[in-house]
Amino acid sequence: MTYFDVKDLTIKFGGLTAVDNVSFDINEGEVFTIIGPNGAGKTTLFNLISRLYTPNAGHIVFRDEDVTQLSAQQIAGRGIARTFQNIELFESASTLQNLLVGRHRHSTTKTWQDILRVRKVRDEEIAHRRAAEEVMDVLRLQRYRDTPIGSLPYGVRKVIEVARALCVGPSLLLLDEPSSGLNVEETDAMAEWILEINRRLKVTVLMVEHDMSLVSRVSDRVLALNYGRKMALGTSEEVQSHPDVVAAYLGA
Amino acid sequence: MSAHIRTDYAQSDQLFASRASVIAYAALGVLLVAAPFLIESYYLSQLVFVLIYAIVGVAMNILSGQAGQVSIGHAAFLAIGAYSAAIAQKYGVPLPVYLVLAGAFTGLIGYLVGLPALRLHGIYLAIATLAFAFIVEEVLARWESVTHGNEGLMLAAPNVFGMKLGTNGFYYLCLGVTVVVMLAAINIIRSPTGRAFLAIRDSETAARSMGIDTARYKTSAFAISAAITGVAGVLYAHKLSFISPEMFSLAVSIDFVMIIIIGGVLSLRGAVFGAIFMIMVDPMLIVVKDKLPQITDAAMHGIGLGEPIIASIQAGVLRVVNAPGLKSLIFGLIIILFIIYEPMGLDGRWQRVKAYCKQFPLARQRSARPQRMFLKSERR
Repeated sequence: MTYFDVKDLTIKFGGLTAVDNVSFDINEGEVFTIIGPNGAGKTTLFNLISRLYTPNAGHIVFRDEDVTQLSAQQIAGRGIARTFQNIELFESASTLQNLLVGRHRHSTTKTWQDILRVRKVRDEEIAHRRAAEEVMDVLRLQRYRDTPIGSLPYGVRKVIEVARALCVGPSLLLLDEPSSGLNVEETDAMAEWILEINRRLKVTVLMVEHDMSLVSRVSDRVLALNYGRKMALGTSEEVQSHPDVVAAYLGA
Repeated sequence: MSAHIRTDYAQSDQLFASRASVIAYAALGVLLVAAPFLIESYYLSQLVFVLIYAIVGVAMNILSGQAGQVSIGHAAFLAIGAYSAAIAQKYGVPLPVYLVLAGAFTGLIGYLVGLPALRLHGIYLAIATLAFAFIVEEVLARWESVTHGNEGLMLAAPNVFGMKLGTNGFYYLCLGVTVVVMLAAINIIRSPTGRAFLAIRDSETAARSMGIDTARYKTSAFAISAAITGVAGVLYAHKLSFISPEMFSLAVSIDFVMIIIIGGVLSLRGAVFGAIFMIMVDPMLIVVKDKLPQITDAAMHGIGLGEPIIASIQAGVLRVVNAPGLKSLIFGLIIILFIIYEPMGLDGRWQRVKAYCKQFPLARQRSARPQRMFLKSERR
């Protein structure tokens, strides 16, 4: 079975080919990291996978299903959740409400049932709440439960984004620069959590990251991109010592 | 100080957070039920308008406050509800039936109006809804075979299964509908549907990535909001017992937007506060109009100004209070002041007063001041 496979993916914005013929595959249960200089096409690749962008060519296969033509909301329904580089939380809502939005794909009630608040809605609400509390337990967010996002510091918001993505109940979690804007301790905690999410919750992780110490600490395999093209693919050490990667980062 | 200790997730499901709020709402309920026997008929009539406006306020809250979609065309939905009622009544449909039918029909129209909302945002959506309102007004004026054009339509007294509703009966009908609409709105807001609305309002990209079908929820926000406004329209038509197209003009739509701006965009309580404010400004202005010249006159005599000066100032005062368009001027001023000084509306003020009373000797003004935020990510 193919777990996750990207084949010849290409997207062009006008004359710029942001992602150029990129192919790679992810095995179930690994932490796969994409690195590359600014403008290499990492976030674009993410937006392609979470279907915010539509590729000009190529295919994305998830669990033997071609998901290239699904919509963004269907992707979440298949069990692919993501975070955003610049934090896209629902700022006027509380942490708990944000996590409950993450549970959306698990609710089966119709709008009219919501309006009447039938028994089923109430039961599901309690189930959602329990699931959200479990995620808060893992990431130690209980103390921020009822605080509106707007009054929380950046580091906490970053963790809440991960928590919200976990509430989707993903099989594959996409993390877009989980450590950007975090200090050393927070980055350290984030690394622990990524490992915990991967090992304990059995979630496959695909992430974009710049912090190489975090990358080598958590990643099973690393893909290096430059100018939208694949430069190197292998373990963290292999990629870091690859001559093209060294050239791209330090200049030839 | 008090704290609510919860020990069970089911407790979050309770409608009232504490015993105190149960008592407070029960007292309010008793007062509202007893109102026809407590206040004179003019104020009862104003109270009916408050209820109708509160229903529309709830509709606006769901669409603009919860789902973040702008509409300056809600008078059209009110009109559709009102005309549906008038026409259904002519065919002998009983009131409870056409109350529901008018709501459903207006909801359907709202769904259709919601379709362009899938492609339009902010100011462009506002213009689209505005255009819709003009179209409806025009159709009502021109489709004479059904609507009698500008001559308007008369409605008979509301009739519930053969029982004619008097003034008091109609008041209770409005009160009942308001309570039902309010409960429905509360249920929406605390359900997955309400959270989907919130997600769309705050970040559409994130909403989609969480698996929310944004198209479906945007149109259903429009449909629900329109249906509620349609129900309000039925009550409105019966309240006035005569309807004509010019009663559903742009000014009415703007009134509706003002309800939630003044009351507070984010809460249902705000919709009620806004409705009270919008309806009560008129009688207040009349009182001011009547009393202000006397007060200034007395004041000027009190400080011993000369007779000719008093006469000229008095003439000026009279000119101001009798000036046409004074109401719009004051409304405009109030809106501007609210946006600058109280963006959370009357409800925001209410929350602060409550917080102040709770923390009484310890309350500090600084803790009530809104926090400045620099983290808000810029989008759009």
